[in-house]
Amino acid sequence: MLDASDSYVTEDGRTIGAVVMEMKNITLRFGGVVAIKDISFDIREGEIRAIIGPNGAGKSSMLNVISGFYNPQEGQVFYKGKQRPQMRPYQVARQGIARTFQNIALFEGMTVLDNIMTGRLHHTKANIWQQAFWKGKAEAEEVANREVVEKIIDFLEIQSIRKTPVGRLPYGLKKRVELARALAAEPSILLLDEPMAGMNVEEKEDMSRFILDVNDEFGTTIALIEHDMGVVMDLSDRVVVMDYGQKIGDGTPDEVRNNQAVIDAYLGVAHD
Amino acid sequence: MTKSSPATDGLVSIPALLQRNVELYGSKTAYREKEFGIWQTWTWSETEKEIEALGLGLLNLGVSEGDFVAIIGRNRPYFYWAMVAIQSIGAVPVPMYQDSAAEEMAHVLANCGAKYAIVDDQEQVDKVIEVQERLTGFEHMVYVDPRGLRKYDHSKLHEYSHVQDQGRAAYDELINEFKARRDKLTFDSTCVMLYTSGTTGKPKGVVLSNRNIIKSAQNACEFDALVRDDEVFAYLPMAWVGDFIFSIGQAYWSGFAVNCPESAETVASDMREIGPSYFFAPPAVFERHLTEVMIRMQDASKFKQWLFERYMAHAKKVGPAILDGDSVSAMDRLKYKLGELFIYGPLKNTLGFSRVRVGYTAGEAIGPELFDFYRSLGINLKQLYGQTEASVFITAQPNGEVRADTVGVPSPEVELRIDESGEIYYRSPGVFVEYYNNPDSTASTKDKEGWVATGDAGFIDEKSGHLRIIDRVKDVGKLADGSMFAPKYVENKLKFYPDILEAVLFGNGKDRCVAFINIDLTAVGNWAERNNIAYASYQELAGHPRVLETIQSHVEAVNASVAEDPMLSGCQIHRFLVLHKELDADDGEMTRTRKVRRAYVEEKFNDLVDGLYAGLPEIETTTEVTYEDGRKGSISATLELRDVNVVPAAPQKVAAE
Repeated sequence: MLDASDSYVTEDGRTIGAVVMEMKNITLRFGGVVAIKDISFDIREGEIRAIIGPNGAGKSSMLNVISGFYNPQEGQVFYKGKQRPQMRPYQVARQGIARTFQNIALFEGMTVLDNIMTGRLHHTKANIWQQAFWKGKAEAEEVANREVVEKIIDFLEIQSIRKTPVGRLPYGLKKRVELARALAAEPSILLLDEPMAGMNVEEKEDMSRFILDVNDEFGTTIALIEHDMGVVMDLSDRVVVMDYGQKIGDGTPDEVRNNQAVIDAYLGVAHD
Repeated sequence: MTKSSPATDGLVSIPALLQRNVELYGSKTAYREKEFGIWQTWTWSETEKEIEALGLGLLNLGVSEGDFVAIIGRNRPYFYWAMVAIQSIGAVPVPMYQDSAAEEMAHVLANCGAKYAIVDDQEQVDKVIEVQERLTGFEHMVYVDPRGLRKYDHSKLHEYSHVQDQGRAAYDELINEFKARRDKLTFDSTCVMLYTSGTTGKPKGVVLSNRNIIKSAQNACEFDALVRDDEVFAYLPMAWVGDFIFSIGQAYWSGFAVNCPESAETVASDMREIGPSYFFAPPAVFERHLTEVMIRMQDASKFKQWLFERYMAHAKKVGPAILDGDSVSAMDRLKYKLGELFIYGPLKNTLGFSRVRVGYTAGEAIGPELFDFYRSLGINLKQLYGQTEASVFITAQPNGEVRADTVGVPSPEVELRIDESGEIYYRSPGVFVEYYNNPDSTASTKDKEGWVATGDAGFIDEKSGHLRIIDRVKDVGKLADGSMFAPKYVENKLKFYPDILEAVLFGNGKDRCVAFINIDLTAVGNWAERNNIAYASYQELAGHPRVLETIQSHVEAVNASVAEDPMLSGCQIHRFLVLHKELDADDGEMTRTRKVRRAYVEEKFNDLVDGLYAGLPEIETTTEVTYEDGRKGSISATLELRDVNVVPAAPQKVAAE
């Protein structure tokens, strides 16, 4: 068993570091409904961590706890070794946690480029007046930000739609733009909420490739929710399985695949 | 062999031209590439530094004189530098089609015994690694884009910039060797080896010397008065001889700038930003542009459509005459000027043609409508006829003598001869040295006096003195009754319809002709959308009765047109079918330059050909297809075979030959 501070090297040569985020005994309730019941797990630096489970298992709620959108009634979140106080989502984002959404949340009327530029918000120090009049830090910052954004555009191969309004793009490309915006924040942890929902096989293959490349090139830690089992098992280093708000499995894809509780949850089991 | 004098001032190699350009206009832009959303530029001086660093780095890797170095990538300055760097150290660059499957690459790499390869990215690296074991003596690979390659075994794999860094670090040790090898180059040293597209059989390596490239480039630059302020847009495959002549030969001779697009998908917008003054495209590209314009016009407001139609009609009437400098009435001139201001100018700007001074189309016949459309806008589009073996230029149309149905007069220093069978022969300073390691093929193509057989049949047009191409000699056959069978002639007429992407005519040795037709998915799909015709796949659309109706009407119109020519009236189409799949290079049905492999198609679909001749009303068939990643699958379909009306031949006039 690994210690929190241990690191190891995967079969394909990536280094997985110490625990960067730890969820301890998280319980989240909405009135009388218990969405998450006493769940604990950790995310290591540089790994791809998947959260899976049947519909309504509480996966998205879990992701929202990590991103600071929900505050759990019980339990603690540790980030980089420190217990995280109750936070607003923008404070979490400033700490280096970026996310994408299950239902694309882009500015439809803005171009791809402008959408991605919004991801640089936390790296912008110039105030609104400096920006409005293009004075002081504003120009230098914008140039620096654009450079980062262009590298991401190149990385995700979306040069040809740079100036296209997002509203005109097909679904698969919008998902890619959303990933680009999240990457523009240069996050240390990237949260992906169903990055492949509604995609065809080819789009899924592309997206998988990009997720692996992001992890590999930038060393970004990735936590993702996904329904497509094949994709999850191929991509992730470790998997948390949830069902009815509880954790029923946690481990490598192989371990999870052979876990009886997981098999029951997915294939169903006769209730007495 | 050739008697032409060396190019002036001892400029006998591409590296020597580079030296001259640095001296004469070192601070002028030589290369641009759009990267990270910005046009990055390199001057001739900077280019020389990059090339030198790479050349030294390659020396450092152990590249010897005479080694073949494969280049596999899309148009990027890095690869153009690589070609010159490789030549500078006495090795031979072999640019290859980057969309080839691994198998096709294996053939070329093995044929020339390439020891090194300079490639674009992970995709190409993977392909070369896949076939590497079968290659004897393959040593090192250099890649430009490191993405995804970090964890590969780097004992024989190097990043381009690292090779350059190592070259710079070893400057003192290697510069003398570099200069010695560079200065050893002569007019007869090999400049490049290019593989033919292989319309027949396996690709052959065409060895072109500095003489071939530099003389051809010089002549062509003088023919079209290209100067160093010209701009060319490099987007056609680097493995194709035309790109080598335009982007290396002529660019180095005239010192003009070569502009590379950001990616294959951004070609149109990048070209609009650059506005090249010298432009080349196969007819398919011009056709795509026109289709896009027309489709977008149909979505425009009624007033704009009216304006567009009215002014395009006027342009059609007087545009070509104005371009050719013929006399046009003052009123018409004024109206054309007005059109230029409001319609033609903005349209050309959208297409990226605003500054085109010299534009060429070649490779295939271009439809007269298509050709006239661009000419009428005031774009100086011309035709040329060329081959890899000729270092491109055989004939070209001079300014002011442009016609849709000819390919022009012999280029400077090109001699032309047509033998009894109608085959075209030529002799010029651009005539290739040999097919690599293939003396038999060399001997059967090029005779002792340097005459090269083109394999094309044609004749000199009496009126204009221009060359006209009929077809490939081997494809020109005879029908059972002895009349001439020239499939390309008929196919081209069919292909001029926007709905028809490809056509293949059969009939050699038979009593009548039948045809396969491929619909153009963009054009027909758009038509279907407008007419509320639902379809789920290419196959379904291709088999739709209304599509067949339309195609049938095109075929009948072509028959009527073919019947007008008494020599070829036997080539009318009696029956046809619309194929259930697009002919594709991945399936071997076409070459990478999109020419139909006729014999292969006939053999592969022999059940369909037999069905057409047997008079069956419909036929069931199953076809194997290869996907882009090399996997195979199959599709089956039931095809409708249709009869077409033929027109009785025009009364035989007195032979006008």
